[in-house]
Amino acid sequence: MSTTTVSRTPERPARPLWRRLVGFNLLAAVVLGVGGYYFGWWIGHLVTNTKSFEYTEKVDENDVALLLAYVFGVVGFLIGMGFANYPVQRLLGRPPSLREKEGEGVSRYFGLCTDHKVVGIQYLCGIGLFFFIGGLNAMLIRTELLHPTPTFTGANQYISLVGMHGAMMMGMMTSGILGPFANYFVPIMIGARRMAFPRIEALTFWLLMAAGFILTSTIFFGGFPTGWTGYEPLNDQAVMGMDSYIIFFALVGVSMTLLGLNMMATIITMRAPGLTWSRLPIFVWATFSTSILMVLAAPMLIAVLLMAALDRTVDTTFFIAAGGGSSYLFENLFWFFGHPEVYILALPGFGVILELLPVFARKPLWGYRLAIAGMLGVTLLSFFVWQHHLFVSGINADLRPFYILSTEIISIPTGFIFLCFIGTLWRSRISFTVPMLFCLAWAFNFLLGGLSGVFLSDAPTDTTTHGSFFVMAHFHYTIMGGLIFAFFAAIYYWVPKMLGLNFNEKLGKVHFWLMFIAFNSTFLPLFALGMEGMPRRASFYEPKFHTLNVWVSVSAFVLGFSMLVFLFNTVYSFIFVRQKAAENPWHSKSIEWQVPTPVPVNNFEQIPVFDSDPYDYGTPVPVGAGVGGMGGPQISGAGG
Amino acid sequence: MSSSAAPSDASPPAGEPPGPNHLRRFLTIWIVASVIATPLVAIFLGPILPPGKASDVAAGQVTDFTVTLSLATPVLLLVVLYLIYAIVAFRQPSGAALEGPALRGHAGLQTFWIITSVVLILTLATYATFRLEQGYGAGSGSGPNPLTKPSGPRLPVQVIAQEWAFTYRYPTYGGVETTHLELPVNTEVELHVTSLDVIHSFWAYQLGVKADANPNQDNIAFVKPTKIETFEVHCAELCGIWHGAMFDHGHVVSGPAFARWIAEQQRFFAPVTKQLPKYSRTYLPEPLRRGE
Amino acid sequence: MTGTAGKLAAVLTAVAVVAALIALYITQWATAVPATVVATPTPGAIAAGPTSHLVLQTDAAVGPQESPSHPDWVGYLVLRGHQWVRSTIYQVPAHSLVHVTIYQFDSDTGLRNPFLAKVQGTSGGVELVDGKPLNHIEAEEASHTFVVPSLGVFAPLPGVPEEAKNQCEFGPCDPATMAHRTIELTFRTGKKGRYRWQCFVPCAAGTYFGFGGPMQTLGYMDGYIDVV
Repeated sequence: MSTTTVSRTPERPARPLWRRLVGFNLLAAVVLGVGGYYFGWWIGHLVTNTKSFEYTEKVDENDVALLLAYVFGVVGFLIGMGFANYPVQRLLGRPPSLREKEGEGVSRYFGLCTDHKVVGIQYLCGIGLFFFIGGLNAMLIRTELLHPTPTFTGANQYISLVGMHGAMMMGMMTSGILGPFANYFVPIMIGARRMAFPRIEALTFWLLMAAGFILTSTIFFGGFPTGWTGYEPLNDQAVMGMDSYIIFFALVGVSMTLLGLNMMATIITMRAPGLTWSRLPIFVWATFSTSILMVLAAPMLIAVLLMAALDRTVDTTFFIAAGGGSSYLFENLFWFFGHPEVYILALPGFGVILELLPVFARKPLWGYRLAIAGMLGVTLLSFFVWQHHLFVSGINADLRPFYILSTEIISIPTGFIFLCFIGTLWRSRISFTVPMLFCLAWAFNFLLGGLSGVFLSDAPTDTTTHGSFFVMAHFHYTIMGGLIFAFFAAIYYWVPKMLGLNFNEKLGKVHFWLMFIAFNSTFLPLFALGMEGMPRRASFYEPKFHTLNVWVSVSAFVLGFSMLVFLFNTVYSFIFVRQKAAENPWHSKSIEWQVPTPVPVNNFEQIPVFDSDPYDYGTPVPVGAGVGGMGGPQISGAGG
Repeated sequence: MSSSAAPSDASPPAGEPPGPNHLRRFLTIWIVASVIATPLVAIFLGPILPPGKASDVAAGQVTDFTVTLSLATPVLLLVVLYLIYAIVAFRQPSGAALEGPALRGHAGLQTFWIITSVVLILTLATYATFRLEQGYGAGSGSGPNPLTKPSGPRLPVQVIAQEWAFTYRYPTYGGVETTHLELPVNTEVELHVTSLDVIHSFWAYQLGVKADANPNQDNIAFVKPTKIETFEVHCAELCGIWHGAMFDHGHVVSGPAFARWIAEQQRFFAPVTKQLPKYSRTYLPEPLRRGE
Repeated sequence: MTGTAGKLAAVLTAVAVVAALIALYITQWATAVPATVVATPTPGAIAAGPTSHLVLQTDAAVGPQESPSHPDWVGYLVLRGHQWVRSTIYQVPAHSLVHVTIYQFDSDTGLRNPFLAKVQGTSGGVELVDGKPLNHIEAEEASHTFVVPSLGVFAPLPGVPEEAKNQCEFGPCDPATMAHRTIELTFRTGKKGRYRWQCFVPCAAGTYFGFGGPMQTLGYMDGYIDVV
């Protein structure tokens, strides 16, 4: 036995590059994705090489091949990423297990990571990329509309751009707040260490990325002419690029369903001790209501897209009148999904705004129960209104009064959200930080959007406004003015916690003001254009609308520029200045601000115990005191 | 029961005078603004609202727009003026870190808001339904079996939408088909809108008519033009490459002018009128599905 | 910059470059249209005669030379100088008479709406079909149409009979040797502007109602008349 101690840390030889690259990662995913694409393409040609598919020869197109190529491509991509590993292990009899959360390294952001915080940041960047592409499409559309006749883009490319812009935005922004922020913060807000299904959480992200890539690839196949709504029978008539749309939305539907399922399971089962339903942050309630909608509505989308794919490939006639089908079938099935879809977009916005207001108003959230009633009311009612998209389409005239009523009624729970907003600001102490500016702008924008909805829900006025630029202005005010402004409020509010770095406040304010003014300058005139008779999705318009369209296009370019200001702020603040953020810069009482920055891998050292909701702001008011002279029972104190 | 003490504005420490009565101030501002603005909107903005008064249904829509806009004005003012008021009056003084009062709700106000919004909404919905049926669909496509129809004689005109132009067929004039729509003034017209291929939408803006064209479906809209003028026809449902170019101008003309025009059309199109299929509410021309 | 910041900067620059490339590619795709072909001016035109000429042909299949990606698609070709090119954007002068000659090489398909068999908007209300003036054709005979709806020009083009010899397989087709019909028409242009024209016959084989594919792509069966 030798007593000499030899230094016993033999350096492990660094793994060669090829060993580090081989494995279940993004590279493998791309390789298997491309391989799967060509495999599917080959199989598609093989099965259609028969007499019954001779029509594909006539059109030089093969929808079966492209659809199979996309499907196998996505499957290959997911296998390469490593999503099949756990199911295969379980099939082979291994016991269930939680994957170890990868602790550090930049590479985990480019692969399958089960840390919900990493998934949140992945979502933020991924959605940002596709938001940029959708925004680019919008800039091209507005460039084309600078002139009353088509001058810039080709006629079929224009309607493809319109469709790509709409589909990209609708598909991506449904997870716009739930993806980045709910994934990151809901577990922390409920005192959990993870989501209920971490691998599924990662899956929803990569499905969405594959989907966005597939939608962008439509330009290689001729684009699609139907707009984001994919109406039949034009859908059946379209060239191969339509298949990109079909697969894109099907993947988005799967991603949404899984995201909603995961959120619901997490919120229902993984709340920490003491966190009763009446102490949940309002943001978690909004996430919960949105998840209910996602789980119930998204599968309908997947079903209707499958029917459309069958019509396009194997010559079924679900939607072709001459074959016994009906174009109304598509409209109804699509909008049965489509209407809850827009509330999937609106509800997270409500949640973010009501979550941020108390912090910057230094008052508790006013009307907490009313806000929850509003959100759940919107969730329930959103399934009963879809035929207001079909008022002039020749539906059975008996149905219209019901849908007028139901659509009007849905504005009642929406009004609750506004009352809570008003009540929270009442006698508050507002600090005009960048997130708060976006919250205030949200109220103005969503108000205009919501009020304009009344003109669409009343069938007589809908006769003129349907299918015109009025509708465009309405939904851009509610979705962009509502959701996107809330999205930016959430970014400026929460990214200092996510990254531990501050945004430059001056640049943030420049971004806000440019965006708010340009947004209203772009979309307010569209109400007038629509009411004056300009139909949507048209590249020809009457010469009398020329000046107003030029104004709108220039404003749209400024709006696009404001996004570049935001991007510059991001790069400047996070690459160059890198000013460390305080752990709780907004002095919020919510639990995600009480954990250190950066948030530890397992969120908490010990699972917290909750005894109140996070809105314990403000100086207590004696019970029974009036508010500005108004008497009556007050609700104050914690846990209201 | 309200406390007899001054309403506690939680922010200033004891001993400081209470703040201004924000509620009274804001309500005054809002009520005065609404009382001024709403009649202005109704009286001055209303009459110039689209789509104009060239037909009975268009005039009806102008009324509906006016009523809805007038009801919406106080709501708009409430929130916008409140936002401005809050931004001005409820600020955090610079450098301070004061808190507002810990108010979490007010059952009375919430109840009042719920009841008011329910009443307002039910009023609007009832009004809209009543106007829809009173106006025989208010210019919208009411499907093959409209709930209410105008009494008296009606001129049937079929609007055939195809990729990518509208053509018009007059069944009571020998089934002649034309490229332009001309209608006699002060005549009740029954439009039958159908499509030969994909979904289109017939939108005659100044007439206040919009009806989707679905294949193998008959969508009926009623209109009575009341002014002699030119109207724009646009397709309002994305139907393919030339959706934006699928526009036209139609004319409302006097009775005698219409009679002359239709006779001229019958003469001009005689060679193809005999090749047309018999007039029917819907058509299923070849190719029915995939072309050869 | 620290190592992590350096990596981040590298990643972000790469992303920015990729984003710029995507933007350029999408813009280039969106703005790709066929080249404009100017109608040939008539040398020494008399005041009442047409001042410019367009010579077109319609092919059952444009062929691999004219369209490598869609050789089987039906399409219009236009004579530029002495060469047939595949473009559907034609430039003609304003307030003038334009004479159009169309060599029709395709067989008939028939019109979905027989109404479009009527000749409209041309000088004299007729078109010359193989030299004979006609104000309409039989709807089942229609192979294609040349229609400019905003100018009110409707010109149905009858098809080559089934039994004709020497039919053109794919373009460019030669009027001197292959079976065809010759249609001539004259129409008057008005104000400047861009007017779309299209075919109304369901000739896009294999697509729903015959109106997909080439019927919905600029450069085959649809185009613009640029009146300048």
